[in-house]
Amino acid sequence: MANIAAIPGNLPGARRVNGVWRALGTARRYPIFPVAILLFVLVLPAIFANWVAPHSPTVGSLSNRLVPPFWVAAEGEGIYATPGGTTEHLLGTDKQGRDILSRIIYGARVSLTVAAISIFLAGLVGTTLGLIAGYFGGNIDHLVMRAVDICLSMPAILFALVLAVVLGPSFQTVIIVIVSIFWSRYARLVRGETLGIKSQDFVARSRVAGASNLRIISRHIFPNIVNTIIVLATLEVGQVILLEATLSFLGAGLPRPTPAWGLMIANGRELLVTAWWVAAMPGVAILLSVMSMNLLGDWLRDRLDPKLRNV
Amino acid sequence: MTTMTETGTQGRAPAESGEILLEVKNLKMHFPVTAGIIFQRAVAHIKAVDGVSFFVRRGETLGLVGESGCGKTTTGRCILQLYRPTDGQVIFDGQELTGLSTRQMRTMRRRMQVIFQDPYSSLNPRMTAGNIIGEPLIVHGLVNSKDEYKDRVAELLQNVGLNPYMADRFPHEFSGGQRQRIGVARALSVDPSFIVCDEPVSALDVSIQAQIVNLLEDLQERFDLTYLFIAHDLSVVRHISNRVAVMYLGHIVEIADRNEIYRSPLHPYTRALLSAVPIPDPIIDAQRERILLSGEVPSPLNPPSGCVFHPRCPIAIDSCSEVTPELREVDSNHWAACIQAPGYGSY
Repeated sequence: MANIAAIPGNLPGARRVNGVWRALGTARRYPIFPVAILLFVLVLPAIFANWVAPHSPTVGSLSNRLVPPFWVAAEGEGIYATPGGTTEHLLGTDKQGRDILSRIIYGARVSLTVAAISIFLAGLVGTTLGLIAGYFGGNIDHLVMRAVDICLSMPAILFALVLAVVLGPSFQTVIIVIVSIFWSRYARLVRGETLGIKSQDFVARSRVAGASNLRIISRHIFPNIVNTIIVLATLEVGQVILLEATLSFLGAGLPRPTPAWGLMIANGRELLVTAWWVAAMPGVAILLSVMSMNLLGDWLRDRLDPKLRNV
Repeated sequence: MTTMTETGTQGRAPAESGEILLEVKNLKMHFPVTAGIIFQRAVAHIKAVDGVSFFVRRGETLGLVGESGCGKTTTGRCILQLYRPTDGQVIFDGQELTGLSTRQMRTMRRRMQVIFQDPYSSLNPRMTAGNIIGEPLIVHGLVNSKDEYKDRVAELLQNVGLNPYMADRFPHEFSGGQRQRIGVARALSVDPSFIVCDEPVSALDVSIQAQIVNLLEDLQERFDLTYLFIAHDLSVVRHISNRVAVMYLGHIVEIADRNEIYRSPLHPYTRALLSAVPIPDPIIDAQRERILLSGEVPSPLNPPSGCVFHPRCPIAIDSCSEVTPELREVDSNHWAACIQAPGYGSY
């Protein structure tokens, strides 16, 4: 009992850090947390954007340029005066006077759709190829893994630019580019896991029972790696959003007036010193979505593991 | 398939080959050691099993013993065609298995099953006990309805001493002994006639070992099973086997009835092995002669010439490094592969 009292987390100096850890721990244990963030802050407004968003995401008024968020007070005098925030634009406006909150809400549609579709497709392609490579081995394995090596060794941006130039900037191009880069990570991970599970006795036993390759892969190997795939997928959400942002920033992604989070950050980049909120607000949106996806993935992994289900 | 019908798949009609259920002839399994980054080529072969011949009679238990790495498990896996043997024949009930296609082999799989050593890695952690046991039923289409499936799984669970309500539990909720029982139930689900028991009790506590061994014996009687019992524990093998085969470095060195082999072992390796069995009586233990082998087991990558045992053999003579001794019947039902065994004859 004395030992429990002595753990460093209970020392007075560590109290604040401890609180943060505890909050994260709570969020992990009670998945309603991340799910709530995801649903109420990001997904639901995105779906009902037409009713929820206070302004149009693409039409601004130049007289309302660079209005700060509502809690920022007016500052300075004369020509140096900066206006204070208003409740009219809760999160402020950008250089064109467009409401940032509305753009984030509409942007969630774009960013989350791109992330969901491309991660699903990349996972599908990568998992299938990884399973085939790991399970059958031999030349198929060599072929797939060399393709993975090529994908991983190519500079993603260059590759994306070439593809975008060939295909033209559009929603589909962004997804094709992301899938053709991200599938390789799934393939490599899944292959490794498959190799490990393939050598376990229950697979041999299933073969002795007369199970076909398809059955062994779908019933015995896949259920044992699905956790890893889910965790990887949730971790990739952030990277996909960032890649999409990078592509849009370079003009190879979504066309300009589209309210994508990455595009918004890119627009706010040069204003970071004078109007930080233009880049920071979509940044917070990315942060929230990535974090809640990670927490959700954590919880799902525990949930899908029968060993931990009843704990 | 014609041979199968001739010898009779149903019942235990003792046709001329009915006596012998499984025959292994000159089985070889050489695993290639490859090198090269893109173009892989075999630079050497690990001779895990190198010319093994034996047979198993219907209804008997053949114990297969030997130290770690001598090829016992590989032999078992070759019989089940989990590995495609490099050479040799596996004849099961008159049917040659090595040449069968995957599809043909699948129908044969109903008749030969396996129980593995590790009760942890041999059960899929994501399937319930009921589904683990019932999978072969579905694979082979042995049940027609969900109720029949459930009934059969419940029956199998009872056969191995588990409760039917345990069908919905996951493997991690069982103890080691219970897991092994699930493994046994699964092997029984297709009503096989032959089961390879690959060290089924090695990973268990001694008290649980006895339970599982007794269970295996009961089931053998009830369902007319034939076992190939692979183990390294000589006392367990003595208990359960009718005959015992001793393996060393990919070769079988001696086969005899269990009492015969424990009473009068002919091969020097068998003698050394048996002298290592602990006797729970310090007085007898102190009196008996211990044969200590010098050196290590040679690598199966580069086995010694002639008799593979000769570098460690206490009675080796010059010819031992030149002549590869075949397994010969030196006494009735007593086979040995040693040129110095009495009754071996000329070499």
